[in-house]
Amino acid sequence: MENKWFTISVYSENNVGLLNRISGIFLKRHINIESLNVSKSEIEDVSKFTIVAHTTEKWVHNIVGQIEKQIEVIKAYYHTDDETIYQESALFKIASGLLFDERQIQNIIKDNNAQIVTVSRDFFVIAKSGRRNEIDEMHDQLKPYGIMQFVRSGRISVTKDEMKISAILKEF
Amino acid sequence: METVKEKKKSTDSKKTIKVSGAEALIHCLLAEGVETMYGYPGGAIMPVYDELYKFQDKLTHILTRHEQGATHAAQGYARVSGKVGVAIATSGPGATNLVTGLADAQIDSTPMVCITGQVTRQLLGTDAFQETDIIGISTPVTKWNYQITEASEIPEVMAKAFYIAKSGRPGPVLVDITKNAQIEAFDFSYEKCTAVRSYKPVSKPDTNAIQAAADLINSAKKPFIVWGQGVILGKAEEELKALVEKAGIPAAWTIMGASALDTAHPLNVGMVGMHGNYGPNLMTNECDLLIAIGMRFDDRVTGRLEDYAKQAKVIHFEIDPAEINKNVHADVAVLGNSKETLGLVLPLINENSHQAWHNGFKEKYKIEFDTIIKNDIHPTKDGLTMGEVIEEINLASNNKAVIVSDVGQHQMIACRYAKFSQSKSNITSGGLGTMGFALPAAIGAKMGAMDREVVAIIGDGGYQMTIQELGVIFQHKVPVKIVVLNNEHLGMVRQWQELFFERRYASTVMVNPDFVKIAEGYSIEAKRISERKDLKATIQEMMASKEPYFLEVKVEQEDNVFPMIPSGASVSEVRLK
Ligand SMILES: Cc1ncc(C[n+]2csc(CCOP(=O)(O)OP(=O)(O)O)c2C)c(N)n1
Ligand SMILES: [Mg+2]
Repeated sequence: MENKWFTISVYSENNVGLLNRISGIFLKRHINIESLNVSKSEIEDVSKFTIVAHTTEKWVHNIVGQIEKQIEVIKAYYHTDDETIYQESALFKIASGLLFDERQIQNIIKDNNAQIVTVSRDFFVIAKSGRRNEIDEMHDQLKPYGIMQFVRSGRISVTKDEMKISAILKEF
Repeated sequence: METVKEKKKSTDSKKTIKVSGAEALIHCLLAEGVETMYGYPGGAIMPVYDELYKFQDKLTHILTRHEQGATHAAQGYARVSGKVGVAIATSGPGATNLVTGLADAQIDSTPMVCITGQVTRQLLGTDAFQETDIIGISTPVTKWNYQITEASEIPEVMAKAFYIAKSGRPGPVLVDITKNAQIEAFDFSYEKCTAVRSYKPVSKPDTNAIQAAADLINSAKKPFIVWGQGVILGKAEEELKALVEKAGIPAAWTIMGASALDTAHPLNVGMVGMHGNYGPNLMTNECDLLIAIGMRFDDRVTGRLEDYAKQAKVIHFEIDPAEINKNVHADVAVLGNSKETLGLVLPLINENSHQAWHNGFKEKYKIEFDTIIKNDIHPTKDGLTMGEVIEEINLASNNKAVIVSDVGQHQMIACRYAKFSQSKSNITSGGLGTMGFALPAAIGAKMGAMDREVVAIIGDGGYQMTIQELGVIFQHKVPVKIVVLNNEHLGMVRQWQELFFERRYASTVMVNPDFVKIAEGYSIEAKRISERKDLKATIQEMMASKEPYFLEVKVEQEDNVFPMIPSGASVSEVRLK
């Protein structure tokens, strides 16, 4: 079986130790977590983990089974990229002078559909959301001018199909 | 469903008393029906021990000589009684000493609640004396764990701990209680836990799957059952027997499933796995339908997966959804409690007798008997064999004893040759293979089934891993029978060295102390035998004794356990020598 990108979505109670339990499941199988995001979900008091891993379907099935078995986990799913709408966000911190001296920077921001979040005397910050490759491309374009800081978030995603968590919660 | 109003009323009428967290903990344990627990005190758990002192006539605490012993004793207790085993320890080293037992209980699905003391809340994260992150350490080896930092959390968390440990697929739970939470006073009341919103312990059986399973069973020409501990944990022994008999299906067991069906039952064809019986292993690759019941296709059972039962359709009766398709693809998966699902399948099954197919197992048994079993249990050579010792124990106990085995050759021999007429009789460390398990587990097993005879079968190596628990046997006069099968080697490892490492016996030759003297040091009646002429009478004497009894049997030093499926080989490649 070939490795593919999978997005694992975990609906859970908000619990101190759960992140440790979930990451331990990957650790035990020597599988790397490529990105991880924890947030609230569409349901009150229910958290959502969005985890990206590059592995085989057999392993992702195994992992999701083990995750779902954790007491505080309500439901876990895995999806391939074409089954989800997904994005990442990035922030670029750039020296302020460049914004005025290098016309090209303004074009990069416009062409990439990015926003300037803040401008101060010393630096300005550009925010960009999108697919990882889009963010990477923008990174490559800005790099020659000098990037003071760069950060990219974990993937967040919603599925094209329904997840029906409220219904599952009623069933328990 | 309880209405909100009713619920309100029941909480109003609940009486609350003002107690310390430590006392509350004792009330929780009593409310959960705990009678005996195993543990070891220390600074961070002293308030609880102070309450154990006050409640000693209601709750027995057994001081094991090492916290590992406490976990295995709790496991032995749980495995024979079906109740939740309880172990307790202090923070730091006390807590870390529980880890092996937790891992063992996790992989063998044993219901256990471990309680650890923790440094006071204000000191958490300061590297305080005996502070260790036992929640972090125990996470991968517990079904659930939780750190209590306020007394008021104790009732709800303890109720949840017991509920989680014993429901669904059972397992170990660890509750870590900071010292301040043991001391603080609060208004205590207790309500048992009956549900956790995010936890669904058992699935409702799916009627389509039940029907599909029945159809496959009814149309199979060469059906074969392999059952595991799920039958025992699900209390489905009667249903298993009814299925086997009604459909005339030869049935084999994993070591965790042993004793769920009488070993003498004509359709019980023996054990599967690395040192299992010849027939069941070979026939796994001959059957047209493999019916797996409450087992998880461990690699010690399946051998090389690519060549495991590929010709057969597979039905998997299982409580844990994560086990379905984990190692072996199931054509039909029947999720649920084994008693319930087997009970539903039974009326849909046609009566049958697969006589010719069953005869195949008998032929294989004959081959195995002539080449191996005969020499193991009725040897003609001078030296004593492990097999004949087990056989004498069968005879002297009328197949009624609980056999608690350690890990190694003697374990495989005990599992192969012990005869069982009652369920919950084979207590061994299956999934983890924990040397040192048997002596403390036997103590727990005896205390969990005082009316039963408990015989521990231990190797000279493993015995020395938890030998200090003789202290418990001595102090409480626990009438267990301890049999050390002394081959002066770490036999199982030596066997692999002989077969796969050209007899380079690296660190497997044991230089042993005088085991009889050690037992005598604990005032335990002790004997050593090395000749066949003494075997029967000594074993009879041991089984007749009402006291603890230690017996060392000097057995052949370089005997091997066969049949054997070398690791990584297919079940079809089972070796007779
Ligand atoms: C705690 C632990 N350490 C190491 C092992 C590896 N191991 C498996 S069997 C065995 C030898 C056991 O020797 P002994 O207790 O004398 O039993 P025998 O095989 O000789 O019957 C060893 C070292 C283990 N299973 N558990
Ligand atoms: Mg030995």
